[in-house]
Amino acid sequence: MFGDYSLGDLGAIFAMQGFAGLILFSVYVLMALGLAIIFGQMGVINMAHGEFMILGAYMTYLCSNFFQTQLPALFPAYFFIAMALAFLASGALGMLVEWALIRHLYKRPLDTLLATWGLSLILQQAYRSIFGAREVGVELPSWLIGSVQVTDTIEIPINGMFVMAITTLITVGVALLMYRSRFGAQVRAVVQNRAMAGAVGIDTERVDRLTFGLGCGIAGIAGSAFTMVGSTGPTSGQLYIVDTFLIVVFGGAASLLGTIASAFSISQTQSTLEFFLSGSTAKVLTLLAVVGILMLRPQGLFTLKVRR
Amino acid sequence: MLQTAPASSPAPHRQGGVQPMLAVSDLHSAYGQSEVLHGLDIAVAPGEIVAVMGRNGMGKTTLMKTLMGIVPVKSGSIRVDGADVGALKSHQRVARGLAYVPQGRMIFSAMTVQENIETGLTVTHERRVPQDLYTMFPVLLEMKGRRGGNLSGGQQQQLAIARALASRPKVLLLDEPTEGIQPSIIREMGRTLKKIRDDRGLSIVVSEQVLSFALDVADRVLVIENGVIVHESLRADIDEAQVARFLSV
Repeated sequence: MFGDYSLGDLGAIFAMQGFAGLILFSVYVLMALGLAIIFGQMGVINMAHGEFMILGAYMTYLCSNFFQTQLPALFPAYFFIAMALAFLASGALGMLVEWALIRHLYKRPLDTLLATWGLSLILQQAYRSIFGAREVGVELPSWLIGSVQVTDTIEIPINGMFVMAITTLITVGVALLMYRSRFGAQVRAVVQNRAMAGAVGIDTERVDRLTFGLGCGIAGIAGSAFTMVGSTGPTSGQLYIVDTFLIVVFGGAASLLGTIASAFSISQTQSTLEFFLSGSTAKVLTLLAVVGILMLRPQGLFTLKVRR
Repeated sequence: MLQTAPASSPAPHRQGGVQPMLAVSDLHSAYGQSEVLHGLDIAVAPGEIVAVMGRNGMGKTTLMKTLMGIVPVKSGSIRVDGADVGALKSHQRVARGLAYVPQGRMIFSAMTVQENIETGLTVTHERRVPQDLYTMFPVLLEMKGRRGGNLSGGQQQQLAIARALASRPKVLLLDEPTEGIQPSIIREMGRTLKKIRDDRGLSIVVSEQVLSFALDVADRVLVIENGVIVHESLRADIDEAQVARFLSV
């Protein structure tokens, strides 16, 4: 399949596709971070995670419209406000859902699967009723449009770089929160031994609620970033949820580094193969490779070496 | 000596008129429908060390878990320094002055030694590990950056005790602290427990199967069998042979 291209062409193709893959990687990482935090913390598989992401995307859309019509002077900076709003909206909805639904099902993990799937259907219909079935796009401020010409054949889109910078910031932020802060230590203690965490004085219910909110909030930011690379519709989130699960499992649950490494390898494989093959063949090959590796390493890419 | 009276000869409580630091009355607790504790009455005076002895499956661990709120109270009351904690969640009980060193130590194995101790600071809102904990357990200072799971059994036990003490408890509960620990370290631990009591004046309840350890540390020994207390005596006038009979299989 590489036969028709010169070596220089191939280099440019790999660089450009690699970069396109990096944007996908950013969305995946943000999605997977939220999902992994929630799964690691409470063993809840959040089937509605894609819908929390889309809530963030719709918040960005609303923000974009609002600033365009009401505050055009601030339009260039609206994206930062949109991301903060996306985080808050998804996070608040997440905490509400945890309080109303999830916390009653902690002892029945399979039921949470069903319940969150139902929630995802409800949210999809809600989006359809509120925002309409048509996909909506977001108007980008002018400084995010265009690309940087690196060589004759390689150009890098500015919005892609922006998304990656945001993702890096959030990933570093989450890592600091989890491994350097008091709250993070409490989260990790609850993850390891819920009963014991309560018995050393940690309010496990509060930690659960905040963690669920945090995971959903990060999905909201992923949605905000997503508006730059795709259009937002009521069911757009569903397309991402399976890939995101794959990333969490492949990376090894409860390992931040594993999540990042697996998001990177899956998005790059996917993106590079897509150029040479059709999208579905690329997906089949990616899945096959993941399945093969998981058969050899069922615990995922990264695991902690420690006596249990 | 012929003994006709039931073994549960009620011994006088040491505290006399003092309000007990931990007062358990008519405590029943159950896993689902099967009741394990059938009405326990225990009073522990400030600064007293009480050993709860009994064979496996007699309710020692259930008692500890019920006191900590991990197993729910079915009926009866648990008072810490006068306040009823029976209906509270585990973390609220810690805030009221209970601390727990569970069987098998249950440290957070993937977290560092320092982080493990810091989890105990949650209810005190302190930010730094108090220096006196490291003074008491110098080995933990040496290893503070290591993951808890990579410590030896004895070191993990010290870590679990330090984590419990970090919440500045009034009553410290230890569930079979000698299990899986080598004899020389068991003696060391007896000294440590008494030192903790002397330095901090807190009350200690320790469940135990090793009679020599219990006799070493405790002011008073209770024997629990099938969820009821069947024997109680002060350290001074304990009949070792009789207690040993309760523990033999």
